[in-house]
Amino acid sequence: MRRAVTLFLLGVLPWLTFSAWAGDGVPKPTIVIANEGKCIAPTEEMRRNHMDMLKHQRDETMRKGVRGKPASLNGCIECHAGKSTGSVIGKDHFCESCHSYAAVKLDCWDCHQPKAGFKAAGVKP
Amino acid sequence: MNLVPFSRREEHLFYLVAGFGAAIVAIGLAAALYMEHSGHVVTGMNNQIVWGMPHVFAIFLIVAASGVLNVASIGSVFGKVLYKKRAPLSGLLCIAMLAGGLAVIMLDLGRADRLIIAMTHFNPTSVFGWNVILYPGMFGIVAVYLWTLMERRMNPWTKPAGFAAFIWRLLLTTGTGSIFGFLVARQAYHAAVLAPMFIIMSFAWGLAVFMIVQRVMYAWNGLTVHQAVRNRMKNLLGVFVAAVFYFVAVYHLTNLYFAKEVAFERFILIDGGIFPVLFWGGWLFLGTILPLLLLYLPGLSSLCGSVATASGLVILGAFCQLYVFIIGGQAFPLGIFPGMETASSFFDGRIDTYSPSWPEFLLGLGGIGIAFTMTAVGVRVLSFMPEDDIAHLEAMLNITD
Amino acid sequence: MSNNDRRGFLAASAGLGLVAIAPGVHLMQVAQARPAGEPASKLQRWGMLVDTTKCASGCTACVSACATENGINEQVADPRQAAQWIRKIDIKDPKNGRQHSLPMMCQHCAEPPCVDVCPTGASMKRADGIVLVDRHICIGCRYCMMACPYKARSFVHQPLTQQNPEVPRGLGCVESCTLCVHRVDKGQKPACVEACPEGAMLFGDLEDPNSDIARRIAQTATTQVRADLKLNTGVRYQGI
Ligand code: SF4
Ligand code: SF4
Repeated sequence: MRRAVTLFLLGVLPWLTFSAWAGDGVPKPTIVIANEGKCIAPTEEMRRNHMDMLKHQRDETMRKGVRGKPASLNGCIECHAGKSTGSVIGKDHFCESCHSYAAVKLDCWDCHQPKAGFKAAGVKP
Repeated sequence: MNLVPFSRREEHLFYLVAGFGAAIVAIGLAAALYMEHSGHVVTGMNNQIVWGMPHVFAIFLIVAASGVLNVASIGSVFGKVLYKKRAPLSGLLCIAMLAGGLAVIMLDLGRADRLIIAMTHFNPTSVFGWNVILYPGMFGIVAVYLWTLMERRMNPWTKPAGFAAFIWRLLLTTGTGSIFGFLVARQAYHAAVLAPMFIIMSFAWGLAVFMIVQRVMYAWNGLTVHQAVRNRMKNLLGVFVAAVFYFVAVYHLTNLYFAKEVAFERFILIDGGIFPVLFWGGWLFLGTILPLLLLYLPGLSSLCGSVATASGLVILGAFCQLYVFIIGGQAFPLGIFPGMETASSFFDGRIDTYSPSWPEFLLGLGGIGIAFTMTAVGVRVLSFMPEDDIAHLEAMLNITD
Repeated sequence: MSNNDRRGFLAASAGLGLVAIAPGVHLMQVAQARPAGEPASKLQRWGMLVDTTKCASGCTACVSACATENGINEQVADPRQAAQWIRKIDIKDPKNGRQHSLPMMCQHCAEPPCVDVCPTGASMKRADGIVLVDRHICIGCRYCMMACPYKARSFVHQPLTQQNPEVPRGLGCVESCTLCVHRVDKGQKPACVEACPEGAMLFGDLEDPNSDIARRIAQTATTQVRADLKLNTGVRYQGI
C-alpha cells in the first residue's frame, strides 16, 4: 500500500510541479535575492536540493553535534532575510513566497527563529 | 431465530442513531483541532499533570477493546458454543473501541500532524514504541479473524486466527499496563502487578461493554437475551469484577507494606480530596460492590435490567479507577529528595490539582463516539446478531439451574 | 564570499567570541571549540558539579541567565503550564531542620529513562553525554515527562515567536536543559555556570582526569540525586 502511494506520488508530483512552473497564467512568486552569487551552491541546485541539504545537515547537527557546515538554516536566514522585516517568512519574503506558491507547508518556523540576527529577550519564568 | 426485515420507522431510527454518533465524532474532532491550533494551553493539562482526561478515555477504550475480544476467545480458543456465536460481535466491538481509543491518543499529541513520524521512527526500547506496533497489528489480526468467522470458505481457519488474536490481545494489554509499569521514578506506577492487573481489568470492562451492546441489539430487534446466556455471562462478569478487586487490593497492599509508599497510599486512600472519593465511592462502591450485589443477590439478579445496570456501573467504576490511577498518580508530588521537604517555583513537593477543560473532555467523548458509530453501522450492514440454538440453550438451562 | 570564505568567516567570528569574553574568563576555558564539521566525541562527557554549600536560597541568577540565553520569555497565564529548564529548589530536612537550596535541571543521565521510553527516538543522548530532544521528530506524547525522575522536562503549551536563533523551541514539543549545547560546542560554558555569583557551579569534562570537575569529584564527597535509580547523572551535587 505504502509503495503504491509512494509510486503514485513519485509519478504525479514532478508532473504537478512542472506544470505549475510552466503554467503561463499563474503568476510566479517574486523571489528577491539580495546577495546574488554568494550562495553555497548554484541557484538551480539550491532550488532542487535545498530541502535535502537542510534535512541532512539538520540531523548531522542535531544528533551528532556537527557544527559550522555551509548548509545551515541560520546561514540561509542571515543571507536571505527580507530587507523590510528582517525575516524569511511573511508575504514576499524568501521562504514563504515560494512555498506558498508551491503549496508546500513549512513547519520550520514553529520552532526556528525566522528573523536574522534576532536577539531573544529573557524574563525569569 | 428469524429476524423480521427492518421497517421504515426502524430505518429512520437507525439514521438518527448513526447521525447522533457522527455528531459526537465531529465535536470530538473539532475539539482536537482547536487544541492542535491553540496548543495545550486550552486544556487543563500542564507540566505537572502531563496526561489528563484524553488518556483516561483512551486507556479505557483500548483496555476494554482488548477485553471485549475475550468473548470471542472463549468461543474459538476454548470451544464454548455459546460464546462462539458471539465472536463476530466481539470482534467488531474490539476494532471499534480500539479505533476510538487510538484516535484520542493520537489527536492529543502535541504534534498530531507528525503521525507519520510515529510510524516511521521506532525506538525499540520504548514500551510506547512497542504499542505502536501492537495496536495496528491488533486491527489486522482481528480483521482476519472476523473474516474467517463470517466467510464460510474461511471457517476452517477460525481457530488459528482466534488463537492468534487471543495471544496478541494479551500482549496488547500487557503493553498498555507496562506503559505505566516501566516508570521507575513515579511512586504510583512502578509496580510489577500492573501488567496482570490491566489484563484482568480488560476482561471485566470488555465484558461489561459487550453485555450492554448485546442487550441493546436484542431490544432493537424486539428480543430478549435468553436466560441461559444471561446467566452464564453474568456469572463470568461477576468473577471478573471480583478478580479486579483482588488485584487492586494487592496493588495497594504491596505499596503499603513492601514498597513503603505509605504517604502516597495515604493520599490516594484518605486525604487526597477527589481521589479517595472516586476510589471508595466511585470504584469500590458503585463500580464493584453494587454490581456484585446486582449480579448475585437472588432478589436483585433476576430483575429485568439488573445485568445491564451492573455492566453500566462497572464501566463507571472503570473510569473512576483510571482517573485515580492516572491523574492521582501524577498529582502526588514526585519524590526527588526522598524524606525531605521541598519547595520551588515548579511546584516541587506540592500536591497538584487538575481541572479538565471542555476540549479535552470532548476529545475523549469523541473517541467513544467513534466506537459507537462504528459499532452501530457495522451491526447494521453485516450480520453480527448472535444466533443461538434455542434447543441447546434450553438444555443448558436445565443442567445449570 | 565564496564557499570557503564563508566558512573562514564563521570560524573567525567564533574566535572573536572567545576573545570577547571578559578578561580572565578565557583562562578557565573548559574546552576548545570543536572544529567545524567534526561530530561530538564519545571521549568526552560533559558534566556539572554544584556546590550547594555556596548556593544561596532566594538567588535565581542561574535561572534568569538560562531564560535569557535560551529565550524562555513567553508569558503563560497558568504557571503550571510554563516551561522551566532550571529551577531553584529549597530543601528542608524535617528531622533536624537543616535547609539548603540548589538548582535543579536535566541531570544529563548516562542511562536516561527519557531516552528509553521515547517512542520515536526524539529523546536522545549525544555522544558527549548531553541529553537533548530532537524536536524534528518529537510528537509531543509527553511520555518522557512521565519517565524523568527529576521533573526536568517541560512541554510547550502555546505557539512561540521569540526564540533565540541558536535555540529553536516550539509548540507541541517537549524540551529540557540542553546544557547550553550551542555554547559548549563553541567552547563556552553553560549560561547558568557563568552567571552564578558564588561560583557554585563547575562545568567540565567528566572523562578527562585532569579537568577541574573530575579532580574535585575524585577528591570530595559528591552526590547524585536519586542515586538509587542508578542513572549515572552528569550533574553532581556537593553538600546535600
Ligand atoms: S534528568 Fe530527566 S530529562 Fe534529563 S536525562 Fe535524566 S531522565 Fe532525561
Ligand atoms: S514527548 Fe517527544 S521526546 Fe518526549 S517521549 Fe514523546 S516523542 Fe519522545
